[in-house]
Amino acid sequence: MNSVQTAVSQTSPPKKSFLYDPKVRGAFYQIVLVIALVALFYVAATNAIENLQRAKIASGFGFLNNTAGFDISQTLIQFSAAGGTYGDAFIVGLLNTLIVSAIGIFFTTFLGFLIGIARLSKNWMVAKVAMVYVEVLRNIPLLVQLLFWYIAVLGALPQPRNSLEMGAGFYLNSRGLFMAKPLWASNIGILVGVLLLGLIGTFIYRRWARKQQEQTGRQYPVGKVTLALVLGLPILTWIVLALFGANPISFELPRKGTFNLTGGMQILPEFVALLLGLVTYTAAFIAEVVRAGILAVSKGQTEAAGSLGLTPGQTLRLVVIPQAMRVIIPPLTSQYLNLTKNSSLAVAIGYPDLVQVFMGTVLNQTGQAIEVVVITMGVYLTISLLTSFLMNIYNRRVAIVER
Amino acid sequence: MSTAVDMPRFVRAKQVEALPPPNLARGPIAWIRENLFSGPFNTILTLVVFYLLYVSVPPLVKFLFIDAVWTGTDRAACRADAGGSESGACWAFIWDKINYFIYGSYTISERWRVNIFFALLAVGVVWLLWLKAPRRDLGAVYFFWVFPVVSYILLTGGNENFGGRFWIGFAIFAALVIALFAFFAALLKASMRPALILGGGIVAVIGITLVLVDFDFGLAHVPTSLWGGVLVTLLVATVGIVVSLPFGIVLALGRRSKLPIVRMASVIFIEFVRGVPLITVLIMANTMLPLFLPGDMTVDRLLRPLIGTALFASAYMAEVVRGGLQAMPKGQYEGAMSLGLNYPQMMSLIILPQALRIVIPGIVNTFIGLFKDTSLVAIVGIFDLVKTIEASRIDPNWAAPTIGITGYAFAALFYFVFCFGMSRYSLGVERRLAAGQKR
Repeated sequence: MNSVQTAVSQTSPPKKSFLYDPKVRGAFYQIVLVIALVALFYVAATNAIENLQRAKIASGFGFLNNTAGFDISQTLIQFSAAGGTYGDAFIVGLLNTLIVSAIGIFFTTFLGFLIGIARLSKNWMVAKVAMVYVEVLRNIPLLVQLLFWYIAVLGALPQPRNSLEMGAGFYLNSRGLFMAKPLWASNIGILVGVLLLGLIGTFIYRRWARKQQEQTGRQYPVGKVTLALVLGLPILTWIVLALFGANPISFELPRKGTFNLTGGMQILPEFVALLLGLVTYTAAFIAEVVRAGILAVSKGQTEAAGSLGLTPGQTLRLVVIPQAMRVIIPPLTSQYLNLTKNSSLAVAIGYPDLVQVFMGTVLNQTGQAIEVVVITMGVYLTISLLTSFLMNIYNRRVAIVER
Repeated sequence: MSTAVDMPRFVRAKQVEALPPPNLARGPIAWIRENLFSGPFNTILTLVVFYLLYVSVPPLVKFLFIDAVWTGTDRAACRADAGGSESGACWAFIWDKINYFIYGSYTISERWRVNIFFALLAVGVVWLLWLKAPRRDLGAVYFFWVFPVVSYILLTGGNENFGGRFWIGFAIFAALVIALFAFFAALLKASMRPALILGGGIVAVIGITLVLVDFDFGLAHVPTSLWGGVLVTLLVATVGIVVSLPFGIVLALGRRSKLPIVRMASVIFIEFVRGVPLITVLIMANTMLPLFLPGDMTVDRLLRPLIGTALFASAYMAEVVRGGLQAMPKGQYEGAMSLGLNYPQMMSLIILPQALRIVIPGIVNTFIGLFKDTSLVAIVGIFDLVKTIEASRIDPNWAAPTIGITGYAFAALFYFVFCFGMSRYSLGVERRLAAGQKR
C-alpha cells in the first residue's frame, strides 16, 4: 500500500510556472489583441478628428437636412434639386438600388433555373449551348459586361425620332425604353380587394385540399384553382367593370412626336443596361447552383419515382425539385445577395443607385466621408443580414422535411 | 435417350459474326436522332436552338473576323465615310494601342522591368500551382517574400533613401524584438537558442527587405501614376493573393479559435467585409484612409485600392480556409496533440498542410473572383486594363463607331482567357484530389 502511494506521488506532474497554463496564455493573447485594436482605433480616430478640423468639415449627421441642389435622373419619390435634402437623396438612391435588385432577382431566378435545367437536358445541343453561356458569362467581369451593354449595345440605339417600334406601345431608343403607363381610376380598390380575396381563397382551398389528400388520398386540382382564383378572378372583375363603363385601369401609350416621344412610361437606358448585365451574369451562377442541386438528388430517387408509375414531369415536380431545393436554397441566397451588392456597379454607367448618388455625388459635395461610408455600408450590411435571416427561416422549413 | 453425339450435327462450331446494327442505330445519324430529335418536344427544342444560333453566331463571326479591320493607323480605317469598313471590329485600334493596354504610361525605356515582373510572376504561379514542382516550400518563400520585394524594386525603382535616422530607429526596434524574445524565453524557463533564432530571423527578414528597398540599384524611379493596363490589373490581383492568403489563414484560425475575443474580432471582420460590396470598400479606402493617417502622411493613390482589395479578398479567403480546417477529421487534431505538439506546431506541421491542399480549388475560385473584381479599381480612377480601354475609346484619333465594342471585346477576351484557364486548373486539381480520396 505504502509503495503504491509513493509511486503515485512520484508520477504526479512537476510543479510548473503558471505561465504554462493555457487559460493564462489565452487571456494574455487576448489582452494583447485588445490593446493592439484599441490603439489602432485610437490613433485612427485622433488623426481623423485632427484632419477633419483642419479641413473645416463639421462631423455629424446634420448634413442630411441640407438642401442637395442636384437632380437625379430616376426618382421613385418626389425629389427636386431645389427642395430635396441629402436625406431625400439617400432615400431616392436606396429605392433605386432596391428596385433594380428586386426586379433583377425575379428575372435572374427564372433565367438561371431555365439554363441550369437546360445544362442537364438530354438534348445535346441545348446542353452545350447552356454550357457555353455559363462559361462565357461567368468568366468575364461584370463591369466589362455592363459597359458592353451600356455603351456598345444601348449606345448604338437610334435617336428618339427613329425609335424602334416593338409593338404593344413599346418603343426603344437612345433615351431608354418607352412603354404604356397604367393609369389607376378611383375604383382600383375593388380590383385590389378581389385580388386579396382570391389570395385568401387560395390559401384556404390549399389547406383544405392537402387535408383531404392526407385523409382520403384524393387529389384536387390545386394548380388550376390557384390560377383561377389569383389571376382569373381579378381579370374577370376587370372585364365586367370595363363592360359597365367603369374601367379601373387604363393605359397611356407613348405618342410619337417629331423629335421625342411624349407620355407613357420611360425606363432609363442605364436601368435597362444594369438590369440586363445583372440578370445575365447572375443567371450563369444560379444555373450552376441549380445544376449542382439537381445532380445532388440521387438517381435512385428518380428510378424509384419511375417505378411507382410517376410520369417524368411528376418525377421532376414531386420528387426531384423538392429535394434539390434543399441543396439549392443556401447558395441561391448568396447569389441574390451578390446581385444586390453587384448592383452597386451602377456607378460605372451612371445609374443613380445608392452608391452613385450617396457615395458619389453627396460624398463629393459634402466631404463627410466617414458618415457617408458608414451609412452606405450599414445599408448593405442590413440588407445582407436581413436576407440571410429570411432565407434561413425558409431554409429551415424546407429542410425539416428530412427525417 | 440419345446423346448429343448421336444427334445430327446442325450446331455451328464457330460463332457467327454479329450482324452490324441497322444503319439507323449507329453512326452520326443515330447519334443525331438520339440526341437531338428523340421526340416532338426535343425536335422543337433543337430547332429553336438552331434558330437562335443562326441569328446570333454568323453575325458575331462576321463582325469579329470576316468584316474586321486588321490593319490601320488611325480612325480612317474604321470609318465608312473615310473609306474604311465600319461593319466589323476595329482590331487595328487594339493593335495600335496594345502597348498602352499592357503598360499604361510606364516610361517606355523602362518597360523591360515590367516584362521581368511578368516573367517572375509566371515563375511563381507555376511553381506554386504545379503540384509536381520540386521544392514547393521554397516556392512559397519565393512567392510570398522574394518575389514581392524584387517586384517592388523593379517596378518603382527602389532606392527609397530612408536616411540615417530611420536606420537608428530600426536598430532600436531590432534590439527590442530580440530582447522581447529573450525575455519570454527566460520567463518561461525555455531554452534561449530557438527564441533567439526566431527573434533574429524576424529581424533579419524585415532588415534584408528594408536594405534591398533602400539600396540604389541604379534604376530610374517610375511613379505609380504612370502605371497602367495589364500591369496594374495583374499587380492588384497579385497583391490580393499574396496578402489575402496568409491574412485569410490567420483570420480562419482566429474564427476557429477557442479564445472568445479573438474569435469575435475575426467573425466581425469577415462578416462585415462579406456583407458590403467591393466598390464601397474601395471608396472607403480612397476617402477614409487619408483621414486616418497623420496630416503630413499621404498614401499613394495606387496603394489605397490595393489595401482595399487585399482586405476584401482576405475575408473571402478566410472562409475558404475555414472550410478546409473544418473538413479535417478530429483525429488529426487529437493525434497532433497526443504527440505533444503545441498549437503553432500542430497547425503548421499537421493541419494546415492537409487543409490547404484540399481547398486548392476553393482558393483558385476565390482568386478567379478576385481577378474579375480587379476591374472595379477602374471606378476609383486607377488605370487598370478597363480604364485604359475607357480612356482610349474616346481618343479622337480613333473616333469610330465600332471602337467601343472592339475595346470591350478585347477586355472580355483577356479576362476570359485567364479566368477560364484558372477554372480548368481548379477542376483538374479537384478531380485529382477526388481520385486520391477514392477507395
